[in-house]
Amino acid sequence: MSALTFTLKYQPAQRVDLSPLVCQRLQGLALGDIAALELQSGKAKLRVDELFDITGDDAQHIIIKNSVAKLDFIGKELESGTISVEGDAGAYLGMGMKSGEIKVSGNAGLYAACEMKNGYLEVAGNVGDFLGAALPGNKMGMKGGLILVKGNAGERVGDHLRRGTILIEGNAGDYCGSRMTAGTIAVMGSTGRYLGYAMRRGTLLLWNAPELSASFNDCGSHTLAFLPILFASFKSLNSKFAEVSVAFNRVQRYAGDMAEIGRGEVLVKL
Amino acid sequence: MIINGVTIDATFAEAFPMKATRAIITAQNEKWAMIAAQAMTGFATSVIACGCEAGIERVLSPDETPDGRAGVSVMIFAMGGKGLAKQLETRSGQCVLTSPTSALFAGIESDIKIPLGKNLRYFGDGFQIAKKISGKRYWRIPVMDGEFLAEATTGQVNAIGGGNFLVLARSQPQALAACEAAIEAMRLMPNVIMPFPGGVVRSGSKVGSKYKTLNASTNDAFCPTLKGATKTDLSPNIESVMEIVIDGLSKEDIDNAMRVGMQAVCDLGAANGIERISAGNYGGKLGPFHFHLQEILA
Repeated sequence: MSALTFTLKYQPAQRVDLSPLVCQRLQGLALGDIAALELQSGKAKLRVDELFDITGDDAQHIIIKNSVAKLDFIGKELESGTISVEGDAGAYLGMGMKSGEIKVSGNAGLYAACEMKNGYLEVAGNVGDFLGAALPGNKMGMKGGLILVKGNAGERVGDHLRRGTILIEGNAGDYCGSRMTAGTIAVMGSTGRYLGYAMRRGTLLLWNAPELSASFNDCGSHTLAFLPILFASFKSLNSKFAEVSVAFNRVQRYAGDMAEIGRGEVLVKL
Repeated sequence: MIINGVTIDATFAEAFPMKATRAIITAQNEKWAMIAAQAMTGFATSVIACGCEAGIERVLSPDETPDGRAGVSVMIFAMGGKGLAKQLETRSGQCVLTSPTSALFAGIESDIKIPLGKNLRYFGDGFQIAKKISGKRYWRIPVMDGEFLAEATTGQVNAIGGGNFLVLARSQPQALAACEAAIEAMRLMPNVIMPFPGGVVRSGSKVGSKYKTLNASTNDAFCPTLKGATKTDLSPNIESVMEIVIDGLSKEDIDNAMRVGMQAVCDLGAANGIERISAGNYGGKLGPFHFHLQEILA
């Protein structure tokens, strides 16, 4: 069996909702049936074969080739299998995914992994704002799983994060970890302003000293026993986070946001 | 059967089903991991009055522990799951949480989970932090020396308690020396503990008593001072009897531990005053697992 491959024929004029093309919805369908599926694009509906050349037959392993930033909702509510995106992904990548694996070779747009439940999402390039966040109006963002971003992330990383781990090899924008209720966000690069704004609980793990708000209080320097276990769990990743040399267990601990319940923490490598 | 002048009785040790768990204690160094482990497994020689039987299984090197520090693995055995969970919780809370630099991890996988740090977290008074790492939940509890890290749960498994053998010697020092040799060999075996002081018990018991309130009493048939006063199991030249009790995760584990232990006793042999090896056989009243000494040594 070869991977079910969708090769984009041309850059669509409007954004396209790719949510029907997930493993569990294509399982057991013939190529002809898949070709006849309709995708919403702006006000129009496009047949899948209008937009893509389709080859392969393994619906548990989907490849999207020549992907561009106008393809939204890739891997929405994915329940199993893997989706590889060759190129860029649009907004809402892996939204609400429950299991499985999504890998993007380029960049991803807004709201990547928003309200993700579990599974693994990897973006080799940059991601837009609201990575792993809650949708507007909702109170719970990502609830589990692991996100790895090898480039930079936009603003509001992990807004309303509930559980799970977000790893960013590059920089994160303003309001990183805002309104978190739990979970872990690790940023190797720099972070923007208003770090951990209104966070209740959770951990922001940083390699570089941040610009902290006045509502974060210094708790001193510490050696924390859980850090070696956390770093050990990254060992299988194809990432800088897997390198032994990046691990540490000695940190400066800041508690906050004291404007909220103040049970969150910012840990900065010493 | 006679090995090196030591008679192996044609009898069996009688053991009973128990519930068991294992936990891994780590600390800044082996000394402090061992202190926490000894405290946690103290007063846990027999379910008769301790609530559980517990012991140190072995010392773990830093590359065998979850946090890469020196560690000790301990096992706790109890008659039921509820009792086991209670014992694990109180012992962890009073002996490991309190011990400087310690951390506590699950030591055995099972579908049945019992709380390890899950309830100890409330000591954190709201400042405790949960971290789920690779599918396992850990609790970080702020304490005065830093942070106490404890895995939320560990596994509970079916196990066997009460495997045993008796060493019958011509003198007390000779019985003890033989038991010490046996324990030294048995401590190298996995999945077993010898819960009595130093692994050796000098007050083996029989089932029942003349007193209604007691369900166990001295094993008079093996008491050398009663040779002329009761229905004795001892020949005139035996002056001291000591017992080694083994709790293990499976029959094979106890078989293996008994084998190396009895072998160590036999290696000392009659030349060192060892006359016989026997076992606590209660005529089927104590439990369904039977460890036949001669079969184990065959």
